[in-house]
Amino acid sequence: MKAVSVEEAVAMIPSGASVMVGGFMGVGTPERLLDELVRQNKTGLSLICNDAATPGKGVGKLFDATLVSKLTATHIGLNPKVQQQMLGNQISVDLVPQGTFVERIRAGGCGLGGVLTPTGVGTLVAEGKRQIEVDGKPFLLETAIRAQFALIHAFLADYLGNLAYALTARNFNPIMAMAADTVIVAAEHIVPVGVIAPDHVVTPAPLVDYIIANG
Amino acid sequence: MDPQIIIARRVAKELRQGNLVNLGIGIPTLVANYVPSDLKVFFQSENGLIGTGPIPEQGMAHPLLTDAGGRPISALPGAATFDSAMSFGLIRGGHVDVTVLGGLQVDAHGLLANWMIPGKMVPGMGGAMDLVSGAKRVIVAMQHAAKGKSKIVAKCTLPLTSARPVNLVVTDMAVIGFPDGKATLLETAPGISIGEVLAVTEAELAIPDTVPEMKI
Repeated sequence: MKAVSVEEAVAMIPSGASVMVGGFMGVGTPERLLDELVRQNKTGLSLICNDAATPGKGVGKLFDATLVSKLTATHIGLNPKVQQQMLGNQISVDLVPQGTFVERIRAGGCGLGGVLTPTGVGTLVAEGKRQIEVDGKPFLLETAIRAQFALIHAFLADYLGNLAYALTARNFNPIMAMAADTVIVAAEHIVPVGVIAPDHVVTPAPLVDYIIANG
Repeated sequence: MDPQIIIARRVAKELRQGNLVNLGIGIPTLVANYVPSDLKVFFQSENGLIGTGPIPEQGMAHPLLTDAGGRPISALPGAATFDSAMSFGLIRGGHVDVTVLGGLQVDAHGLLANWMIPGKMVPGMGGAMDLVSGAKRVIVAMQHAAKGKSKIVAKCTLPLTSARPVNLVVTDMAVIGFPDGKATLLETAPGISIGEVLAVTEAELAIPDTVPEMKI
Protein backbone atom coordinates (compact mmCIF):
# COMPACT_ATOMS: atom_id res chain seq x y z
CA MET A 1 0.00 0.00 0.00
CA LYS A 2 1.17 3.49 -0.86
CA ALA A 3 -0.24 6.79 0.40
CA VAL A 4 -0.84 9.27 -2.42
CA SER A 5 -2.56 12.61 -2.90
CA VAL A 6 -6.04 12.57 -4.42
CA GLU A 7 -4.59 14.33 -7.51
CA GLU A 8 -1.95 11.60 -7.98
CA ALA A 9 -4.49 8.83 -7.47
CA VAL A 10 -6.94 10.11 -10.08
CA ALA A 11 -4.12 10.92 -12.52
CA MET A 12 -3.53 7.13 -12.73
CA ILE A 13 -7.07 6.58 -14.10
CA PRO A 14 -7.17 7.10 -17.88
CA SER A 15 -10.24 8.37 -19.71
CA GLY A 16 -12.26 5.39 -20.91
CA ALA A 17 -11.29 3.25 -17.89
CA SER A 18 -13.62 0.78 -16.19
CA VAL A 19 -14.22 1.98 -12.63
CA MET A 20 -16.15 0.37 -9.77
CA VAL A 21 -17.38 2.77 -7.12
CA GLY A 22 -18.64 1.70 -3.69
CA GLY A 23 -21.75 3.23 -2.18
CA PHE A 24 -25.51 2.95 -1.99
CA MET A 25 -27.41 6.12 -2.93
CA GLY A 26 -24.20 8.06 -2.32
CA VAL A 27 -23.69 6.63 1.18
CA GLY A 28 -20.29 4.97 1.54
CA THR A 29 -18.98 6.63 -1.61
CA PRO A 30 -15.45 8.15 -1.84
CA GLU A 31 -16.61 11.69 -2.64
CA ARG A 32 -13.09 13.19 -2.78
CA LEU A 33 -12.10 10.79 -5.55
CA LEU A 34 -15.27 11.57 -7.52
CA ASP A 35 -14.73 15.34 -7.16
CA GLU A 36 -11.19 14.88 -8.50
CA LEU A 37 -12.40 12.73 -11.43
CA VAL A 38 -14.64 15.67 -12.37
CA ARG A 39 -11.82 18.22 -11.89
CA GLN A 40 -9.44 16.19 -14.09
CA ASN A 41 -12.29 15.63 -16.60
CA LYS A 42 -11.82 11.87 -17.07
CA THR A 43 -14.34 11.08 -19.78
CA GLY A 44 -15.83 7.96 -21.39
CA LEU A 45 -15.82 6.05 -18.10
CA SER A 46 -17.34 2.61 -17.86
CA LEU A 47 -18.94 2.89 -14.41
CA ILE A 48 -19.97 -0.04 -12.22
CA CYS A 49 -21.98 1.18 -9.23
CA ASN A 50 -25.16 0.01 -7.48
CA ASP A 51 -27.12 3.13 -8.44
CA ALA A 52 -26.72 6.57 -9.97
CA ALA A 53 -27.31 8.39 -6.65
CA THR A 54 -28.86 11.83 -7.18
CA PRO A 55 -27.56 14.87 -9.09
CA GLY A 56 -24.78 16.57 -7.10
CA LYS A 57 -24.22 13.59 -4.79
CA GLY A 58 -21.90 10.56 -5.03
CA VAL A 59 -21.56 9.19 -8.57
CA GLY A 60 -24.34 11.61 -9.54
CA LYS A 61 -21.52 14.16 -9.97
CA LEU A 62 -20.00 12.03 -12.76
CA PHE A 63 -23.29 12.20 -14.69
CA ASP A 64 -23.63 15.94 -14.01
CA ALA A 65 -20.26 16.33 -15.77
CA THR A 66 -21.20 13.76 -18.51
CA LEU A 67 -18.11 11.64 -17.80
CA VAL A 68 -19.85 8.25 -18.08
CA SER A 69 -20.44 6.42 -21.37
CA LYS A 70 -21.46 3.03 -19.98
CA LEU A 71 -23.18 2.21 -16.68
CA THR A 72 -23.77 -1.14 -15.00
CA ALA A 73 -26.19 -0.63 -12.09
CA THR A 74 -29.28 -1.96 -10.35
CA HIS A 75 -31.32 1.23 -9.97
CA ILE A 76 -31.19 4.66 -11.61
CA GLY A 77 -34.69 5.88 -10.74
CA LEU A 78 -33.65 8.68 -8.42
CA ASN A 79 -31.35 10.41 -10.91
CA PRO A 80 -33.40 12.05 -13.70
CA LYS A 81 -30.18 13.12 -15.51
CA VAL A 82 -29.18 9.49 -16.04
CA GLN A 83 -32.65 8.68 -17.35
CA GLN A 84 -32.33 11.59 -19.82
CA GLN A 85 -28.81 10.56 -20.89
CA MET A 86 -30.01 6.96 -21.34
CA LEU A 87 -33.11 7.89 -23.37
CA GLY A 88 -30.92 10.30 -25.43
CA ASN A 89 -28.48 7.42 -26.16
CA GLN A 90 -25.57 9.34 -24.59
CA ILE A 91 -24.91 6.44 -22.23
CA SER A 92 -25.64 2.74 -22.41
CA VAL A 93 -27.12 1.29 -19.24
CA ASP A 94 -27.07 -2.34 -18.20
CA LEU A 95 -29.57 -2.91 -15.38
CA VAL A 96 -28.85 -5.90 -13.16
CA PRO A 97 -30.79 -7.26 -10.16
CA GLN A 98 -29.00 -6.11 -7.00
CA GLY A 99 -28.27 -9.57 -5.61
CA THR A 100 -26.92 -10.63 -9.01
CA PHE A 101 -24.86 -7.44 -9.29
CA VAL A 102 -23.05 -8.05 -6.00
CA GLU A 103 -22.53 -11.77 -6.67
CA ARG A 104 -21.07 -11.07 -10.13
CA ILE A 105 -18.56 -8.69 -8.55
CA ARG A 106 -17.86 -11.12 -5.73
CA ALA A 107 -17.22 -13.82 -8.34
CA GLY A 108 -14.86 -11.45 -10.16
CA GLY A 109 -12.88 -10.92 -6.99
CA CYS A 110 -12.85 -14.57 -5.95
CA GLY A 111 -11.62 -16.20 -9.12
CA LEU A 112 -15.00 -17.57 -10.20
CA GLY A 113 -16.29 -17.45 -13.76
CA GLY A 114 -19.74 -16.50 -12.54
CA VAL A 115 -22.64 -17.63 -10.38
CA LEU A 116 -25.92 -19.52 -10.80
CA THR A 117 -28.91 -17.56 -9.48
CA PRO A 118 -32.67 -18.15 -9.60
CA THR A 119 -33.22 -14.38 -9.75
CA GLY A 120 -34.39 -13.25 -13.18
CA VAL A 121 -35.48 -16.65 -14.51
CA GLY A 122 -38.54 -16.11 -16.73
CA THR A 123 -38.01 -12.32 -16.99
CA LEU A 124 -36.32 -9.88 -19.40
CA VAL A 125 -33.12 -10.36 -17.38
CA ALA A 126 -32.84 -13.95 -18.68
CA GLU A 127 -32.61 -12.87 -22.34
CA GLY A 128 -29.41 -14.08 -23.99
CA LYS A 129 -28.25 -15.95 -20.88
CA ARG A 130 -27.66 -19.64 -20.34
CA GLN A 131 -30.21 -21.34 -18.12
CA ILE A 132 -28.89 -24.32 -16.17
CA GLU A 133 -30.88 -26.82 -14.13
CA VAL A 134 -29.52 -28.01 -10.80
CA ASP A 135 -31.56 -30.65 -8.96
CA GLY A 136 -34.50 -29.82 -11.21
CA LYS A 137 -34.48 -26.08 -10.45
CA PRO A 138 -33.69 -23.45 -13.12
CA PHE A 139 -30.85 -20.98 -12.59
CA LEU A 140 -29.30 -18.26 -14.76
CA LEU A 141 -25.58 -18.28 -15.42
CA GLU A 142 -24.43 -14.76 -14.53
CA THR A 143 -20.82 -14.02 -15.43
CA ALA A 144 -18.18 -12.37 -13.24
CA ILE A 145 -17.51 -8.62 -13.32
CA ARG A 146 -14.11 -7.00 -12.76
CA ALA A 147 -12.83 -3.47 -13.33
CA GLN A 148 -9.49 -1.74 -13.87
CA PHE A 149 -10.06 0.45 -10.79
CA ALA A 150 -12.11 0.20 -7.61
CA LEU A 151 -12.76 3.42 -5.71
CA ILE A 152 -13.50 2.46 -2.13
CA HIS A 153 -14.84 4.31 0.89
CA ALA A 154 -13.74 3.02 4.32
CA PHE A 155 -14.41 4.34 7.81
CA LEU A 156 -10.97 3.39 9.16
CA ALA A 157 -7.73 2.65 7.33
CA ASP A 158 -4.55 1.87 9.21
CA TYR A 159 -1.01 2.72 8.03
CA LEU A 160 -0.69 -0.71 6.41
CA GLY A 161 -4.01 -0.45 4.53
CA ASN A 162 -6.25 -2.65 6.67
CA LEU A 163 -9.83 -1.37 6.37
CA ALA A 164 -12.94 -1.28 8.54
CA TYR A 165 -16.33 0.09 7.55
CA ALA A 166 -19.20 1.81 9.36
CA LEU A 167 -22.96 1.10 9.47
CA THR A 168 -24.67 1.13 6.06
CA ALA A 169 -21.60 2.68 4.38
CA ARG A 170 -20.08 -0.79 4.10
CA ASN A 171 -22.45 -2.03 1.33
CA PHE A 172 -20.46 -2.90 -1.86
CA ASN A 173 -17.08 -1.58 -0.70
CA PRO A 174 -15.43 -4.76 0.68
CA ILE A 175 -16.73 -6.78 -2.30
CA MET A 176 -15.40 -4.30 -4.88
CA ALA A 177 -12.05 -4.04 -3.06
CA MET A 178 -11.38 -7.60 -4.28
CA ALA A 179 -12.53 -7.21 -7.88
CA ALA A 180 -10.29 -4.57 -9.50
CA ASP A 181 -6.71 -4.42 -10.79
CA THR A 182 -6.01 -1.26 -8.79
CA VAL A 183 -7.76 -0.47 -5.50
CA ILE A 184 -7.83 3.15 -4.31
CA VAL A 185 -9.26 3.94 -0.87
CA ALA A 186 -10.53 7.14 0.68
CA ALA A 187 -10.97 6.65 4.44
CA GLU A 188 -12.78 8.86 6.96
CA HIS A 189 -9.98 8.25 9.47
CA ILE A 190 -6.39 7.07 9.04
CA VAL A 191 -5.18 5.37 12.21
CA PRO A 192 -2.03 3.63 13.52
CA VAL A 193 -1.60 -0.09 12.99
CA GLY A 194 -3.30 -1.95 15.82
CA VAL A 195 -6.23 0.45 16.25
CA ILE A 196 -8.29 -1.91 14.06
CA ALA A 197 -8.17 -5.21 15.94
CA PRO A 198 -7.50 -8.29 13.75
CA ASP A 199 -11.07 -9.52 14.30
CA HIS A 200 -12.44 -6.17 13.06
CA VAL A 201 -10.41 -5.90 9.86
CA VAL A 202 -12.87 -6.43 6.99
CA THR A 203 -10.57 -5.76 4.04
CA PRO A 204 -7.00 -6.99 4.72
CA ALA A 205 -4.14 -4.65 3.76
CA PRO A 206 -2.70 -6.67 0.85
CA LEU A 207 -5.86 -5.92 -1.16
CA VAL A 208 -5.31 -2.15 -0.99
CA ASP A 209 -2.98 -0.44 -3.48
CA TYR A 210 -3.39 3.24 -2.60
CA ILE A 211 -4.83 5.29 0.25
CA ILE A 212 -5.64 8.93 -0.23
CA ALA A 213 -3.57 10.86 2.29
CA ASN A 214 -5.29 13.48 4.41
CA GLY A 215 -5.45 17.12 3.21
CA MET B 1 -59.46 6.22 6.36
CA ASP B 2 -56.66 7.05 3.93
CA PRO B 3 -56.34 4.19 1.39
CA GLN B 4 -52.62 3.81 2.04
CA ILE B 5 -53.21 3.47 5.77
CA ILE B 6 -55.87 0.78 5.23
CA ILE B 7 -53.30 -1.20 3.23
CA ALA B 8 -50.46 -0.67 5.72
CA ARG B 9 -52.60 -1.63 8.73
CA ARG B 10 -53.83 -4.80 7.05
CA VAL B 11 -50.35 -5.88 5.93
CA ALA B 12 -49.01 -5.33 9.47
CA LYS B 13 -51.40 -8.07 10.64
CA GLU B 14 -49.48 -10.59 8.52
CA LEU B 15 -46.27 -10.22 10.53
CA ARG B 16 -45.41 -12.76 13.24
CA GLN B 17 -43.16 -12.80 16.29
CA GLY B 18 -39.49 -13.07 15.30
CA ASN B 19 -40.06 -12.52 11.57
CA LEU B 20 -37.25 -11.03 9.47
CA VAL B 21 -39.09 -8.54 7.23
CA ASN B 22 -38.05 -6.42 4.26
CA LEU B 23 -40.23 -3.44 3.39
CA GLY B 24 -40.05 -1.79 -0.03
CA ILE B 25 -40.33 1.91 -0.77
CA GLY B 26 -43.72 3.69 -0.72
CA ILE B 27 -46.80 2.12 0.89
CA PRO B 28 -44.77 -0.87 2.23
CA THR B 29 -42.59 1.50 4.31
CA LEU B 30 -45.73 2.61 6.21
CA VAL B 31 -46.31 -0.95 7.48
CA ALA B 32 -43.67 -0.49 10.21
CA ASN B 33 -45.86 2.22 11.80
CA TYR B 34 -48.67 -0.29 12.53
CA VAL B 35 -46.76 -3.20 14.08
CA PRO B 36 -47.98 -3.70 17.69
CA SER B 37 -45.29 -2.67 20.20
CA ASP B 38 -45.30 -6.13 21.86
CA LEU B 39 -44.57 -7.91 18.56
CA LYS B 40 -40.81 -8.32 18.03
CA VAL B 41 -40.12 -8.09 14.32
CA PHE B 42 -36.70 -7.56 12.68
CA PHE B 43 -36.75 -5.12 9.77
CA GLN B 44 -34.02 -5.48 7.16
CA SER B 45 -32.83 -2.63 5.01
CA GLU B 46 -31.13 -4.18 1.97
CA ASN B 47 -28.30 -1.63 2.02
CA GLY B 48 -26.91 -3.61 4.95
CA LEU B 49 -28.86 -3.48 8.21
CA ILE B 50 -31.13 -5.65 10.35
CA GLY B 51 -32.82 -3.69 13.10
CA THR B 52 -33.85 -0.47 11.36
CA GLY B 53 -35.34 2.09 13.72
CA PRO B 54 -37.35 5.28 13.25
CA ILE B 55 -36.10 8.46 11.61
CA PRO B 56 -33.70 10.09 14.11
CA GLU B 57 -34.58 13.30 15.91
CA GLN B 58 -33.52 16.57 14.29
CA GLY B 59 -29.73 16.88 14.45
CA MET B 60 -29.14 13.24 15.48
CA ALA B 61 -28.82 11.69 12.00
CA HIS B 62 -25.60 9.85 11.12
CA PRO B 63 -24.49 10.32 7.50
CA LEU B 64 -23.39 6.67 7.28
CA LEU B 65 -26.69 5.22 8.57
CA THR B 66 -29.47 5.37 5.99
CA ASP B 67 -32.28 3.34 4.46
CA ALA B 68 -32.26 1.96 0.92
CA GLY B 69 -33.51 5.30 -0.36
CA GLY B 70 -30.54 7.10 1.23
CA ARG B 71 -32.62 8.75 3.97
CA PRO B 72 -31.32 8.90 7.57
CA ILE B 73 -32.64 6.17 9.87
CA SER B 74 -31.70 4.85 13.30
CA ALA B 75 -30.65 1.38 14.44
CA LEU B 76 -32.46 -0.38 17.30
CA PRO B 77 -30.60 -2.11 20.16
CA GLY B 78 -29.43 -5.48 18.83
CA ALA B 79 -29.10 -4.23 15.25
CA ALA B 80 -26.54 -5.80 12.89
CA THR B 81 -24.78 -4.36 9.85
CA PHE B 82 -23.28 -6.27 6.92
CA ASP B 83 -22.18 -5.95 3.31
CA SER B 84 -24.38 -6.28 0.23
CA ALA B 85 -23.38 -9.90 -0.53
CA MET B 86 -24.61 -10.90 2.95
CA SER B 87 -27.70 -8.74 2.56
CA PHE B 88 -28.74 -10.47 -0.66
CA GLY B 89 -27.63 -13.84 0.63
CA LEU B 90 -30.26 -13.31 3.34
CA ILE B 91 -32.83 -12.35 0.72
CA ARG B 92 -32.15 -14.96 -1.96
CA GLY B 93 -31.28 -17.66 0.55
CA GLY B 94 -34.78 -17.80 2.04
CA HIS B 95 -33.81 -16.20 5.37
CA VAL B 96 -36.24 -13.30 4.95
CA ASP B 97 -39.66 -14.41 6.23
CA VAL B 98 -41.76 -11.70 4.62
CA THR B 99 -41.13 -9.10 1.94
CA VAL B 100 -43.66 -6.36 1.25
CA LEU B 101 -43.37 -4.66 -2.14
CA GLY B 102 -45.29 -2.16 -4.20
CA GLY B 103 -46.77 -3.26 -7.53
CA LEU B 104 -47.73 -1.94 -10.94
CA GLN B 105 -49.68 -5.09 -11.95
CA VAL B 106 -50.47 -8.48 -10.41
CA ASP B 107 -52.11 -11.03 -12.65
CA ALA B 108 -54.68 -13.82 -12.16
CA HIS B 109 -51.91 -16.30 -11.32
CA GLY B 110 -50.16 -14.01 -8.85
CA LEU B 111 -47.33 -12.93 -11.14
CA LEU B 112 -46.01 -9.44 -10.32
CA ALA B 113 -44.75 -6.62 -12.53
CA ASN B 114 -43.25 -3.72 -10.59
CA TRP B 115 -39.97 -2.54 -12.05
CA MET B 116 -40.45 -0.81 -15.39
CA ILE B 117 -42.88 0.69 -17.89
CA PRO B 118 -41.15 0.29 -21.28
CA GLY B 119 -40.51 3.61 -23.01
CA LYS B 120 -41.81 5.61 -20.03
CA MET B 121 -40.17 4.70 -16.76
CA VAL B 122 -37.05 2.58 -16.45
CA PRO B 123 -35.84 3.00 -12.88
CA GLY B 124 -34.30 -0.48 -12.65
CA MET B 125 -35.26 -3.43 -10.52
CA GLY B 126 -32.94 -2.73 -7.58
CA GLY B 127 -33.54 -5.56 -5.12
CA ALA B 128 -37.11 -6.42 -6.20
CA MET B 129 -36.31 -9.44 -8.37
CA ASP B 130 -34.17 -11.05 -5.66
CA LEU B 131 -36.81 -10.35 -2.99
CA VAL B 132 -39.61 -11.97 -5.00
CA SER B 133 -37.41 -14.93 -5.96
CA GLY B 134 -36.07 -15.61 -2.49
CA ALA B 135 -38.27 -14.43 0.40
CA LYS B 136 -40.41 -17.06 2.13
CA ARG B 137 -43.59 -14.95 1.71
CA VAL B 138 -44.16 -12.19 -0.79
CA ILE B 139 -46.89 -9.62 -0.08
CA VAL B 140 -47.80 -6.91 -2.56
CA ALA B 141 -49.16 -3.71 -1.04
CA MET B 142 -50.73 -1.43 -3.64
CA GLN B 143 -53.82 0.53 -4.62
CA HIS B 144 -56.45 -1.67 -6.25
CA ALA B 145 -56.72 0.60 -9.29
CA ALA B 146 -54.75 3.50 -10.77
CA LYS B 147 -56.77 6.25 -12.49
CA GLY B 148 -59.77 3.90 -12.55
CA LYS B 149 -57.76 1.13 -14.24
CA SER B 150 -57.46 -2.21 -12.47
CA LYS B 151 -53.96 -3.20 -11.30
CA ILE B 152 -55.22 -6.77 -10.76
CA VAL B 153 -55.06 -7.86 -14.38
CA ALA B 154 -55.81 -11.05 -16.33
CA LYS B 155 -52.23 -11.18 -17.58
CA CYS B 156 -49.37 -8.75 -16.90
CA THR B 157 -48.65 -6.52 -19.89
CA LEU B 158 -45.60 -5.02 -18.16
CA PRO B 159 -42.30 -6.93 -17.77
CA LEU B 160 -42.45 -9.48 -14.94
CA THR B 161 -40.40 -9.15 -11.76
CA SER B 162 -40.19 -12.90 -11.23
CA ALA B 163 -41.58 -16.17 -12.56
CA ARG B 164 -42.55 -16.96 -8.98
CA PRO B 165 -46.10 -15.91 -7.99
CA VAL B 166 -46.66 -13.70 -4.95
CA ASN B 167 -48.48 -15.04 -1.89
CA LEU B 168 -50.85 -12.21 -1.04
CA VAL B 169 -52.05 -8.89 -2.44
CA VAL B 170 -53.42 -6.26 -0.06
CA THR B 171 -55.16 -3.27 -1.63
CA ASP B 172 -57.37 -0.46 -0.36
CA MET B 173 -60.39 -2.57 -1.44
CA ALA B 174 -59.50 -6.22 -0.92
CA VAL B 175 -57.15 -8.98 0.17
CA ILE B 176 -56.44 -11.43 -2.63
CA GLY B 177 -54.67 -14.77 -2.33
CA PHE B 178 -53.73 -17.45 -4.86
CA PRO B 179 -54.77 -20.88 -3.55
CA ASP B 180 -54.21 -23.46 -6.33
CA GLY B 181 -52.68 -20.66 -8.45
CA LYS B 182 -55.99 -18.85 -8.92
CA ALA B 183 -56.75 -15.30 -7.76
CA THR B 184 -59.25 -15.55 -4.90
CA LEU B 185 -61.01 -12.80 -2.97
CA LEU B 186 -60.18 -13.43 0.68
CA GLU B 187 -61.41 -10.20 2.32
CA THR B 188 -63.02 -6.90 1.43
CA ALA B 189 -62.09 -3.52 2.90
CA PRO B 190 -64.51 -1.94 5.41
CA GLY B 191 -67.58 -0.56 3.61
CA ILE B 192 -66.65 -2.16 0.26
CA SER B 193 -68.97 -4.78 -1.28
CA ILE B 194 -67.88 -7.79 -3.31
CA GLY B 195 -69.61 -6.24 -6.31
CA GLU B 196 -67.59 -3.03 -5.94
CA VAL B 197 -64.35 -5.05 -5.87
CA LEU B 198 -65.34 -7.05 -8.95
CA ALA B 199 -66.26 -3.86 -10.82
CA VAL B 200 -62.65 -2.62 -10.66
CA THR B 201 -60.88 -5.99 -11.00
CA GLU B 202 -59.87 -7.08 -14.49
CA ALA B 203 -58.69 -10.55 -13.44
CA GLU B 204 -61.28 -13.22 -12.82
CA LEU B 205 -61.63 -13.65 -9.04
CA ALA B 206 -62.80 -16.80 -7.29
CA ILE B 207 -65.32 -15.88 -4.58
CA PRO B 208 -65.48 -18.26 -1.59
CA ASP B 209 -68.82 -18.78 0.21
CA THR B 210 -67.82 -16.36 2.92
CA VAL B 211 -65.67 -13.29 2.34
CA PRO B 212 -65.05 -11.53 5.65
CA GLU B 213 -64.36 -7.83 6.05
CA MET B 214 -60.74 -6.82 6.72
CA LYS B 215 -60.06 -6.35 10.41
CA ILE B 216 -57.91 -3.28 10.78
